[in-house]
Amino acid sequence: MNIRYEETQGRSLGFYALIAGLGVLILAALGAVYYMEHHGHYVTGMSNRIVWGMPHVFALFLIVAASGALNVASIASVFQKKLYKPLSRLSGLVALALLAGGLMVLVLDLGRPDRLIVAMTEYNFKSIFAWNIILYNGFFVIVAVYLWMMFERRMNRFTSKAGLAAFSWRLILTTGTGSIFGFLVARQAYDAVIMAPMFIIMSFAFGLAFFILILMASYKWTERPLGDAVVNRLGSLLGVFVAAVMYFVAVKHLGNLYLAENAGVENFILFDGGIYTQLFWYGQIILGGLIPMALIYHPALRGNRSALGLASLLILIGGVIQLYIIIVGGQAYPMELFPGKEILEGYGGIAAYTPSLPEIMLGVGGIAVALIAVTLLVKFLPFLPESLADEVADPHHKS
Amino acid sequence: MSKTLNRRDFIKTSSATTVGVATIASGITLTSFAANANENPVTNEKRWGMLVDTNKLTEVEIDGMVSACQQENGWGSEVHSTGDQKPTWVKKLKVKDKATGKITSLPLMCQHCEEPPCVDVCPTNASMKREDGIVLVDRHLCIGCRYCMMACPYDARSFVHEELTDQREHMPRGKGTVESCTLCVHKVDNGGTPACVASVNSDAVIFGDLYDPKSNINQTLKKVQSAQIRADLDLNTGVRYSGI
Ligand code: SF4
Ligand code: SF4
Repeated sequence: MNIRYEETQGRSLGFYALIAGLGVLILAALGAVYYMEHHGHYVTGMSNRIVWGMPHVFALFLIVAASGALNVASIASVFQKKLYKPLSRLSGLVALALLAGGLMVLVLDLGRPDRLIVAMTEYNFKSIFAWNIILYNGFFVIVAVYLWMMFERRMNRFTSKAGLAAFSWRLILTTGTGSIFGFLVARQAYDAVIMAPMFIIMSFAFGLAFFILILMASYKWTERPLGDAVVNRLGSLLGVFVAAVMYFVAVKHLGNLYLAENAGVENFILFDGGIYTQLFWYGQIILGGLIPMALIYHPALRGNRSALGLASLLILIGGVIQLYIIIVGGQAYPMELFPGKEILEGYGGIAAYTPSLPEIMLGVGGIAVALIAVTLLVKFLPFLPESLADEVADPHHKS
Repeated sequence: MSKTLNRRDFIKTSSATTVGVATIASGITLTSFAANANENPVTNEKRWGMLVDTNKLTEVEIDGMVSACQQENGWGSEVHSTGDQKPTWVKKLKVKDKATGKITSLPLMCQHCEEPPCVDVCPTNASMKREDGIVLVDRHLCIGCRYCMMACPYDARSFVHEELTDQREHMPRGKGTVESCTLCVHKVDNGGTPACVASVNSDAVIFGDLYDPKSNINQTLKKVQSAQIRADLDLNTGVRYSGI
C-alpha cells in the first residue's frame, strides 16, 4: 500500500497553545542569555573550575540525541526494514531540530557568541572542536539532502544512498562529540577509550526516546491512527538501547575502578561523591535505566502506550543526568597535579557548582527550539503519514 | 639536525650548539604581542623558560610574585567574581610529600608547554605558541568556549567573568575571553624579565633562554636537579622547578 503524507492542520486551540508555550520558553531562554552576556558569567554558577555547566549539559544532550533520532530513517533506508520507512521523514526532521536546539545552546553559552563568525572562519585543524563544527554543519546539509530525496519522487531512488551517507556521517559525528572528552589527558574522569562508543549508544537511546514521544504525541493530537505494529516495534528497540547503555556504563565504571590511576574519580562518582553519587544511582541508573526497562519489558505493560511514553520521558531525564555527571562531575573532581603528593593549599578539593536559573532556562530553551521547529515544520510540509494504522504500516501484522 | 628538548636530553644536548636549531611547531606571531625587532626578535632559536628553586624561595616571596603579576597585568581587582570565578594568572601552592612529609611552597602559573594541550584543542587558533615558546591567547580570536581550560593540566587559565575597568595599556583583557600568564611578553620582547621574576631579590627564580648555553638558566639547569610538574604527560614545560 502506498503511504500518503500530509501536513498537519495546525489550527486547533491545542496547536496554538503548544506554540505559545514553547514560545514563552524560548523567550525566557533569550532573556537569560541577554542577562548572562550582559553581566558576564559571574551571574552563573560556573567558575574557573567548572568551566562547562548546565548549558553544556543540555547542549551535548541534544546533540547526542539528534544523531540518534536519525536512526529510525537509517534502519529503513540502510537496513531495508519496511516498517520504518513511513517514519523516515519525521526521523530526519527530529534529528535536525534537536541538533539546531543543541547548537543554539552551545553557541549562546560562549563567552563571545558575537564572534561566531570567527569560529566559522578560523579553523585549527588539530582541534576536535573545530572538526565538530564541520561535522555539525555537514550533518545539516546531508540530512537536508536526504529529506529532499525522500520528498521528491524523482529523487526517491537515491534515498538509500543518501541514507547511507547520513548514517555514516552521524556515526562520525557522535564519535566526534564523544572525543571532545577523549582529548582531555589530564582529567581522570574522561580517560577512557570507551567514551566514544558509549556516546554512540547513548545517542541511540536518547534519540529514539525523543522520536517516540514526538511520534505518539503528534498522532494523538492530530487524531491520526497509529497502530501497535509501529509503536511496539519502536518500544522494544528502545528497551534494547537502554540495556546497551547500561552495559556500557557498567563496563566503563568497572574498568576504571580497576585502573589504579582512575580509581579516585571512580570512587568519587560511585561511592562518596555526595550529589554526584546520588544522581548516578538514583537518577541515571534507577530513574533513567531500570524503571524504563521495567516499563518496557514488564508483561503486564506490554503495548501500554502511557508506560512507553513514561519510559521515554524517564530515559531523557536520565540522559540529562548522565551528561551532568560526566560533564560537571568530571570537572568537580580535581586534577592530579602532583601524583604522590598532597596539596595543602592553592588547588584541589571538590569544586562547588550550583546551576543558576538562567543557565537552566537556556538549556530548556534549546529543547523548546527543537520542539517548535518540529511542530511548525509538520504543519507546513508533509512529514507525517496520514495513517500509521497496522494495515497501512505493516500489512502482515497480526494483532 | 633538529631536536626537541625534553628534560632528559636537555642536559645532554644543551652543551652542544645543536639546540640552537631545535624546531618548534607552529609559528604565528601576533601583532599585538609582536616583538620589538631591535631588542629581541621572536625566533625558534630561543626558548624562554623559568627555573624556580623551591628550597630558596620563601612563602613571602611567592606572595610577592603574585602581587607583582597583579600589579603588572592588572588582574585581581574584579568586583563581582567570587572565589573560583576570579582570574588567577599565578597562585601559591603548598604541597606535602606523602612519604617524607616535606612541605613545599611554589608558584604555579602557565607552564608554557612545548606541546601545549590548550593550543591543540583551541578551535580558532586563539591559543597559540610563539616561536620562542611563549604560549598566549589572542583575545581577538578567542570565542570564550573554554575548551582550553578543560585541556590544561595545570589549572593555569582563567575566564573573565565580568566587565573590566582600569586595564593596563600593554595588557588588554576582556570579558568573555580566556587569559593566562604571558610570561610578561611585553617586557621580555623589550629585553626585560617577567614581573614576578623581577620581584624576587635572590636567584631563587631565574628567567632566560633555555637554549642559550651562556644563559644563567641553561647553566644552572645543567648543574642542579630539576623537574617538570606532571612530567609524565610529556608536555616539556618551559617552567621548571628544583627542590620538588
Ligand atoms: S600550562 Fe596550560 S595554558 Fe599553559 S601552555 Fe600548558 S596547557 Fe597551555
Ligand atoms: S576559550 Fe578561547 S583560547 Fe580557549 S579554546 Fe576557546 S577560543 Fe581558544
